[in-house]
Amino acid sequence: MDVARIRKDFPILERTVRGSRPLVYLDSANTSQKPRQVIDAMTGFYERHNANIHRANHELGEEATEAYEGARMKVAAFIGAADETEVVFTKNISEAINLVAYAIGNATTAGGPARLALRPGDEIVISEMEHHSNIVPWQLLCQRTGARLRWFTVTPDGRLDLSALDELLTERTRLVALAHQSNVLGSINPITMIAERAHAVGALVLADAAQSVPHMGIDVSVLGADFVGFTGHKMCGPTGIGALWARRELLEDMPPFLGGGEMIESVWIDHSTFAPPPHKFEAGTMPIAEAVGLAAAVDYLTEVGLDAVREHEQVLLTRALDAVREIGGVRILGPVEAVDRGSAVSFIVDGVHPHDVGQVLDDRGVAVRAGHHCAWPLHRALGVQASTRASLYLYNTHDEVDALVDGITAVQKFFGVA
Amino acid sequence: MQLESMFQEIILDHYRHPHGKGLREPFDAQVQHVNPTCGDEVTLRVTLKDSGGEAAVADVSYDALGCSISQASASVLTDLVTGKQVDEAMRIAAAFGELMRSRDGAAPDDELLGDAVAFAGVAKYPARIKCALLGWMAFKDATAQALAATGIGRS
Repeated sequence: MDVARIRKDFPILERTVRGSRPLVYLDSANTSQKPRQVIDAMTGFYERHNANIHRANHELGEEATEAYEGARMKVAAFIGAADETEVVFTKNISEAINLVAYAIGNATTAGGPARLALRPGDEIVISEMEHHSNIVPWQLLCQRTGARLRWFTVTPDGRLDLSALDELLTERTRLVALAHQSNVLGSINPITMIAERAHAVGALVLADAAQSVPHMGIDVSVLGADFVGFTGHKMCGPTGIGALWARRELLEDMPPFLGGGEMIESVWIDHSTFAPPPHKFEAGTMPIAEAVGLAAAVDYLTEVGLDAVREHEQVLLTRALDAVREIGGVRILGPVEAVDRGSAVSFIVDGVHPHDVGQVLDDRGVAVRAGHHCAWPLHRALGVQASTRASLYLYNTHDEVDALVDGITAVQKFFGVA
Repeated sequence: MQLESMFQEIILDHYRHPHGKGLREPFDAQVQHVNPTCGDEVTLRVTLKDSGGEAAVADVSYDALGCSISQASASVLTDLVTGKQVDEAMRIAAAFGELMRSRDGAAPDDELLGDAVAFAGVAKYPARIKCALLGWMAFKDATAQALAATGIGRS
């Protein structure tokens, strides 16, 4: 992979920050930068094809609908879906997870299908390493239905503690919702193995793939999860669009989440019937230009090749892990070897608060994230208040990893802790 | 290097050697405030006294987990408000809030704000304003609760 050529596709990487510092963007797990191809696709859509979809009987409407539904086909192919009707567009992955949670809640309160409806005493299993997006919707669902929330703990080296597997997955388990890859630790979880065990006790499985889909090829036909959610803006696409994949028969069973235009079959004044999936879950005017942008991102990543992206990131990751470990007084959260882990590196600089670490790095043009990264329970479990996270993507370079390492040393010097 | 505009020596001094830190008894009100973006927290107690029929701040004690800016800000706060009439303390808190909202750190009132004028540089970094305000929000909340609890200055 020619990183220099890749970087030319991302206009923002040419800018300077904080005066005249070249931008060293190490915050892609937060949101990725966008290549010219994506920006142009969205501009081109607005300039040439803009219209509402599925309801405008004119040429522009046909073109817009074709672009939107074409995007769905591209996304479906990208993740190995059997059929594009298994892909529901959402605002982001948070909405995708909420869609599943509300569909289950609605099935519970409206006498929906038995395999979705929860009974008091039923259990939903998550883990301590989840993003708040994969915690809070389940807490709310439990509150609404009387189901009980349980969770995998995390081992000190940042892996799911699978020793509790038998104890956690029982005939009471109805849903297991886990990150495919931790946004803080980088750990990749064994979704396929856990899904087999969950299915054996009759539970459904949701994989939060926000951090994996952008960085590795995933194939939902073999992953084993019943629901897979991800978001466009972390994979070179725009904000405002994400997706939920689920098997067609599940989507057919699920009651709608949001009601409104375009999700219906017929509407009377006192009741309605609903469109088949995926449109049943796409109420109102959808983010059409964003879908076009996401399709362009899929094309872009496909052309570069996710295997090449992953290989490049793993080389940088190894360099980062090795170098950061070399610095005294710095602790990495999560696996310290580049094995079964993605390229987010979270760390603690002893004696310096992550906000202050981030501030000194920012002053040098190095953009990282500081805080709990929407994974507060994980930080509590690891006994730390917050951390600093550097996260890599296809456009990062060896020099940028070195800039991070130099920056951490400068942090220690500035605060007099080394 | 623009770092020095934020991390002025006075701020780093307060951070390394915080004034008034530690929770003390007795107190009239205690609050806990959290910065939801980073999980930083402060537990802050206010003790009031009657000063010629008006409420005054007898003591502010606190325990805080957080970054240099939030720690230094709480330290400066105790220096500025302890011993002051509550009305005066609230004027100082309002002036500090004003300083934080003025992106360019426009002409702070030195007399009212003392060491707190050093935080003018923080106002240029929107992500850090909440850090600087954490202790002050807790102080305003605790003081309002202490006033309600004690009834000092109400007559």
